[in-house]
Amino acid sequence: MIEIRDVHKSFGPHEVLKGVSLRVAAGEVAVVLGPSGSGKSTLLRSVNHLEKVDRGQIRVDGELIGYRRRGDKLYELKERDVLKQRSAIGFVFQNFNLFPHLTAADNIAEAPVATGRLTRDRARAKALELLDRVGLADKADAYPRQLSGGQQQRVAIARALALDPKVVLFDEPTSALDPELVGEVLDVLRDLARSGTTMIVVTHEIGFAREVADTVVFIDDGRVVEQGPPAQVLDTPAHERTRSFLSKVL
Amino acid sequence: MGGVTLSVPRPTASAPDDTADLRVVPARYPWRWVGIAVVLVLLAQFVHGLVTNPGWDWPTFAAFFASGAVVTALGVTLQLTAYATVLGFAVGVVLALMRLSHSRFLRTVAWGYVWAFRSIPLIVQIIFWFNVSYLYPKLGFGIPFGPVLFTVPTLDLFSPLGAAVIGLTLHQAAYSAEIIRSGVLAVDAGQLQAAAALGIPRGRQFRRIVLPQAMRSILPNAANEVISLLKGTSIVSVVAINELFYQVQVIYGRNARVVALLMVATVWYVVLTSVLSLVQHYVERHFAKGAR
Repeated sequence: MIEIRDVHKSFGPHEVLKGVSLRVAAGEVAVVLGPSGSGKSTLLRSVNHLEKVDRGQIRVDGELIGYRRRGDKLYELKERDVLKQRSAIGFVFQNFNLFPHLTAADNIAEAPVATGRLTRDRARAKALELLDRVGLADKADAYPRQLSGGQQQRVAIARALALDPKVVLFDEPTSALDPELVGEVLDVLRDLARSGTTMIVVTHEIGFAREVADTVVFIDDGRVVEQGPPAQVLDTPAHERTRSFLSKVL
Repeated sequence: MGGVTLSVPRPTASAPDDTADLRVVPARYPWRWVGIAVVLVLLAQFVHGLVTNPGWDWPTFAAFFASGAVVTALGVTLQLTAYATVLGFAVGVVLALMRLSHSRFLRTVAWGYVWAFRSIPLIVQIIFWFNVSYLYPKLGFGIPFGPVLFTVPTLDLFSPLGAAVIGLTLHQAAYSAEIIRSGVLAVDAGQLQAAAALGIPRGRQFRRIVLPQAMRSILPNAANEVISLLKGTSIVSVVAINELFYQVQVIYGRNARVVALLMVATVWYVVLTSVLSLVQHYVERHFAKGAR
């Protein structure tokens, strides 16, 4: 479903991704672990072309992201086409990034209306349905500021689901939350994983990775150090760097 | 029921560390009263002067305040303000978007515009547009450096009022572009990323996500601009357009009641500015949605 092949990305002289490859099959959950600054977030942001990679290619459901191939040339897509591709890829930010001037329901309904998929009424109905799914049916008309961090992130997840994306990317979804609010967000993620949503989750929640992930990927210094089933990577890591990272976060 | 009776000492008002029953004396600020007294005395003196000094000439003020000539001129002032505000901000939005665009070409053009029209004094521009027909008596439309398809006399396009509106608009556009740009820059970058990640088309990102949030920091500055424009229209009196300030000058030129007529203009400007400030208050409240 998601195929990342030999992706490189530099910011100025600093090479953040040094040839990362990764495959996530449909319905699978990949959890990406790694120290801060290891390139996890950049990798995730490349998948929906929020960052443009320097080398390598990324495909979602077979479709090349950011480019169109004709013959032996790659043509860069115009912004309008990139935006169209993104609507198939849900993205959940560390800092929620809810639109503060819109209510919870309007936050969720905005994208389906903006892309012309649903009428305003249908979009609202869908928003209410999604809010119910994340356990916030009674908060439809609350503004983000009136919600707790955990509630805001649940709205943001509902918003990412509003376009029925093929995959959903989570960029440290619980890192900005107070410890007692982490659980409610992870519960929503767990439900999503169980319902067969294809997901890549960048997180530091090892317990969550062990329980939910099909594949755990450990990234350090812009490279995939090791990947495999959670039991293998978390319990019997093959690399010293993985071991030392795990010993710090556990 | 047998048991142990715990002897907990009951707190009493006399206990040194218990303040529950004590009377609270509010903090007092005696200097504030002194300040208030000073201001009141100054204000009373000023009002007393307004009433007793015959130099203010209130009968003349009353005679001209709502006279036909003044009210007509007031209409022209309002027209100039309205046109220059609407057109100036419309052009300003376009310029701001150009300065924020990905295209270096658009950015450079918009930067050049802002640079030029902030550099040229407004009064120079007004006089220039008023006199542009001396420079180019006829304007021709056709293929650049090629044949001219049709021509119009410049004076038809640049009537005195037209020249004033053009001058004020071009000037205002440069300033409003920067105000709008600053408002857009103040919106958190995460908002644009979220909108982009949702695949919301770019025009709608601006209208629906960025602008409503930018409005909160644009509005106070924009209100400043509109108010300053309202009074700034008095500058077009240099090209003999019959707006408020020109009209009172004409009248006191005839009857020499300078102070009374300046007060006529001043009071009208104060009234209009107050109305605008009130409008500002309500518009700002509208855009504060979700912030409280």
